[in-house]
Amino acid sequence: MIAASSPTRPRRLFVIADHQRSLAASAFTELFREGDVLVINDAATLPASLMGTHLRSGEPIEVRLARCHAADPREPFGWDAILFGAGDHRTSTERRASPPAVLAGDVLSLGPLRACIESLEKHQRMVALRFEGAAAKVWEGLSRHGRPIQYAHVPQPLALWDVQTVIAGPPVALEPPSAGFLLDWATLGALDSRGVEIVSLTHAAGLSSTGDPTLDARFPLPEAYTIPASTALAVRRARIRGARIIALGTTVARALESARDTTLDGKAKGGVRAGKGIATLRLGPHHPLSVVDVLVTGVHERGTSHHELMRAFVDDGALEAATSAMEAAHYQQHEFGDAVWLEARPHVRVERDLPQPRRATGK
Amino acid sequence: MSTTHKNLHGLRAIVTGATAGLGLALVEELTRRGGTVGFVARDAERVRAVAARVPRAVGVVGDVAIKTDIHPITTQLIGRLGGVDLLIHNASSLGPSHLKLLADTECEELEEALATNVLGPHRLTRALLGALASSAREGRGGVVLSISSDAAVSPYPTWGAYGASKAALHHATRIWDEERPGGVRFLSRDPGDMDTALHAIAVPDADRSTLKRPETSARELIDELSIFLHASGTVQAIGGAQ
Repeated sequence: MIAASSPTRPRRLFVIADHQRSLAASAFTELFREGDVLVINDAATLPASLMGTHLRSGEPIEVRLARCHAADPREPFGWDAILFGAGDHRTSTERRASPPAVLAGDVLSLGPLRACIESLEKHQRMVALRFEGAAAKVWEGLSRHGRPIQYAHVPQPLALWDVQTVIAGPPVALEPPSAGFLLDWATLGALDSRGVEIVSLTHAAGLSSTGDPTLDARFPLPEAYTIPASTALAVRRARIRGARIIALGTTVARALESARDTTLDGKAKGGVRAGKGIATLRLGPHHPLSVVDVLVTGVHERGTSHHELMRAFVDDGALEAATSAMEAAHYQQHEFGDAVWLEARPHVRVERDLPQPRRATGK
Repeated sequence: MSTTHKNLHGLRAIVTGATAGLGLALVEELTRRGGTVGFVARDAERVRAVAARVPRAVGVVGDVAIKTDIHPITTQLIGRLGGVDLLIHNASSLGPSHLKLLADTECEELEEALATNVLGPHRLTRALLGALASSAREGRGGVVLSISSDAAVSPYPTWGAYGASKAALHHATRIWDEERPGGVRFLSRDPGDMDTALHAIAVPDADRSTLKRPETSARELIDELSIFLHASGTVQAIGGAQ
């Protein structure tokens, strides 16, 4: 498969269901039935790549914010971050120069921002850091000096508006919740006209890749999410009437499955709790789904955590056949690539009447 | 109306051009009723002064007429407010030179009025529409108010750049409300002739005693918005507190 190299909306949509098929992305709305609940992630993307200097060595450094320590964006001070050395996104992460050796207590000058290294996180390139100053100063510095995190497959520098979905609200994602690129307001209006109920949650999508296999193996990091009461209610009602829950993006699937409400009985089983939470589970072949019926996502390479997540929905044979078909048809991967509609096979879903563990897998 | 209608506890509002005149009065009126307000204006000193003086107001520095300022503005404001239920397009420009015949108005002067009065609100609405739609879905609001002018409907000679741009804003706002993306509602209102710095520039020899105080216009606008928000079930959903 090839990587989409410019910020575009998906052109094609591969359907993995009883009958696998390739559609134009414009056919997206036709896959919905009246009464379906579409759950979208309204997180906006924070410009989380910060260029600057490691003051003790005087060497250039790039900080990519990977996770905010607070679940509330009004406290933008403490972060886990990944460090890179000289160069920029046009060099692939695997080939980037190493960052200067940092120690706890070192200070980074990042444009108008100053950050103190609080600790190394079991790796020379992963740190916990803290921005100095009031929240207003930190937000101003991030929004004026930060740039969207980018990778080498899109060489042109992107502006913040290139990476925002039309549904973007709170700036808590560090990379775009890219399944949202399928949507524009006309599509949302068409779904509404079909009788699809559209609800949202906010999931702070983190950094996806560092170029270092030992660091990448730790991803995704725990991610904060908020599920509004209106969304939890819509999911519960859908369960009771037997309608489908369609997750737009892996972040939505991760949040919904993490928020599964185990106190619900009978037809309401498979509902979710409203409120704030931290998603730690890793969806995959060993994690049965209990909330999401359909996942809409991008095109993912074998071996990535997103591809593993798809294995929670279908058996490996069907997924392999679909992956090969998409390769043969030159489907484009990555955040500006094509899209996949993935229906959970009935046999990979848990029986909702059986007792279920609160969280099947921890991190 | 009852006092309940005036309570905006929990409301998250954004007001543009809010360090003087009607904008400042709107910030004060909204916060006085319990709302939290994020505002944007161009002058850093004045932004700091208003934010320091008005409780529950957070300010950012930026110019809505400048394309590259829009996302830094919205990132900061939504980051600090957590979301937005009400957006008020108040920032307004007479154009670099005013009281000119259209025949003498340079294209660049018209462009400048359009940038502040039409393109700025359009960009800001689009950048905030996801947050406004989430607010509407959650029953918290999702309302956009454009501050219009009688110059938007009456063809006053020598008010061409301003009048044409305000007419465009007024009409665009009405079309937005026909389309209602994501269930977000749009209103355009003329606050009347007010005793503001902008009016003093436009009509230097006006009898100030005949002009409305901006505080009066702000109170009338927020009264109408309160009824509007309550009618859509908004304020009950957001605050709980009365």
